Amino acid sequence: MATYSTNEFKSGLKIMMDGDPYAIVENEFVKPGKGQAFNRVKVRNLKTGRVIERTFKSGDSVEGADVTDVDLQYLYNDGEYWHFMDPQSYEQLTADAAAVGDAAKWLKEEAVCQVTLWNGVPLSVAAPNFVVMTIVETDPGVRGDTSGGGGKPATLDTGAVVRVPLFVQNGEVIKVDTRTGEYVSRVKE
Amino acid sequence: MLARIRTFFAARGVLEVETPALSVAAIGDPHLASFVTVYSGPGPRHGRTLYLHTSPEFPMKRLLAAGSGCIYQIARVFRDGEAGRLHNPEFTLLEWYRVGFDHRRLMDEVTELATELLNGRVPLVEPERLSYRAAFQRHLDLDPYRVTVAELAVCAERFGVPIPPGMPTDETDPWLDLLLTHRIEPRLGAGRLTFLYDYPASQAALARLRPGDPPVGERFELYLNGVELANGFHELGDAVEQRRRFEGENAVRRARGQPEMPVDEHLLAALAAGLPDCAGVALGFDRLAMLAAGNESLAEVLAFPFERT
Repeated sequence: MATYSTNEFKSGLKIMMDGDPYAIVENEFVKPGKGQAFNRVKVRNLKTGRVIERTFKSGDSVEGADVTDVDLQYLYNDGEYWHFMDPQSYEQLTADAAAVGDAAKWLKEEAVCQVTLWNGVPLSVAAPNFVVMTIVETDPGVRGDTSGGGGKPATLDTGAVVRVPLFVQNGEVIKVDTRTGEYVSRVKE
Repeated sequence: MLARIRTFFAARGVLEVETPALSVAAIGDPHLASFVTVYSGPGPRHGRTLYLHTSPEFPMKRLLAAGSGCIYQIARVFRDGEAGRLHNPEFTLLEWYRVGFDHRRLMDEVTELATELLNGRVPLVEPERLSYRAAFQRHLDLDPYRVTVAELAVCAERFGVPIPPGMPTDETDPWLDLLLTHRIEPRLGAGRLTFLYDYPASQAALARLRPGDPPVGERFELYLNGVELANGFHELGDAVEQRRRFEGENAVRRARGQPEMPVDEHLLAALAAGLPDCAGVALGFDRLAMLAAGNESLAEVLAFPFERT
């Protein structure tokens, strides 16, 4: 893998530190009036999502991380691993619970997800921004309520629970924003 | 602001000068990188490597040695490898020299000029002067002259300063720079002009040393709202000592695998002929304009910041 000089630092660059892959979030060049210059960076651990601060001596080099984002189709869960397929090459990849994380509750078969690969192995999985799901359980709504005021919990076919307006009923199909976990609208089938 | 600077110096009998931006010699400071170019035109310098100046200091000292008296210059200068919120690879320095001044008296004049230029734009309380040692004692509770690398590492840990990989175990200066940039500088000059003065001898390559325990370099820096604005010296006039320091810088460059820089023989000859007792300072004009305009980054006050050149 390539190495990067601090002069190549910019947000989004993927680097290795302490054996983990990180993405640079922020990079600031600091230098006293005379003397050693430094790059102060904020970096996000791509395994844990945690953001930490690090400093490098300007001009030093850091090993790059072999991290790429690919669009993969979700196939199924075997109880332990989530299986994905590259729709172009038909190559199959498996992701563990640490990689799938919170995305698990939004994954429906055949959904295309952005999967971050580190050395070819899934590191994290991002569910599609919007998913369409069926409500499998919710309390009966109050007739005539057409606004979103209040709302009630609804369990979806993947097991995820979202707040929906009172008028939305069992068995209905809805659109959810997976980034916020919020109900967007009903979907006419 | 430029007009007010010129009025300020005209009223004090300080002469405006211009010196070349290109030179066959270059600054040796291992932490400064000069842009390099080649002259391909006619004359004896055909084919010579030339360096764009990082400050007009050396030719201005040659003028002083030739009897110019007090001089100032508003110069475009160039530094490779420096870009960021407070750095642009080319920028404007206001540099001036006062014959008969020491660094303390020059700090008074810097205060007068900065106050005049910032008046009505940036609220300022009384200026403050803090020795380098006092700044470390106040902000980090350590004495920069009597501290070991191990103690500096503990200090960094204690104050949450991330320690870069590859920090040296045998010299304290990079550690002092780390703590200065991360913990002290952001707290200097809060709503006031703060001067840091009397630097470690190892951090004052062009300044006089004042004997003492420890000896200190007669250098100062000016800060306002955490931004470093100016660097000044009580100028070293000893050609032999200056040559020794230049050679020391090139030795460091050799050890680090950096290119060595041709020593400015004209400057050394001028010092040997006699530099009048003087103090000089270089003030970052773009940064001053940035603070005067209430901005946070140089890009906001430059018509065409480096990314758009």
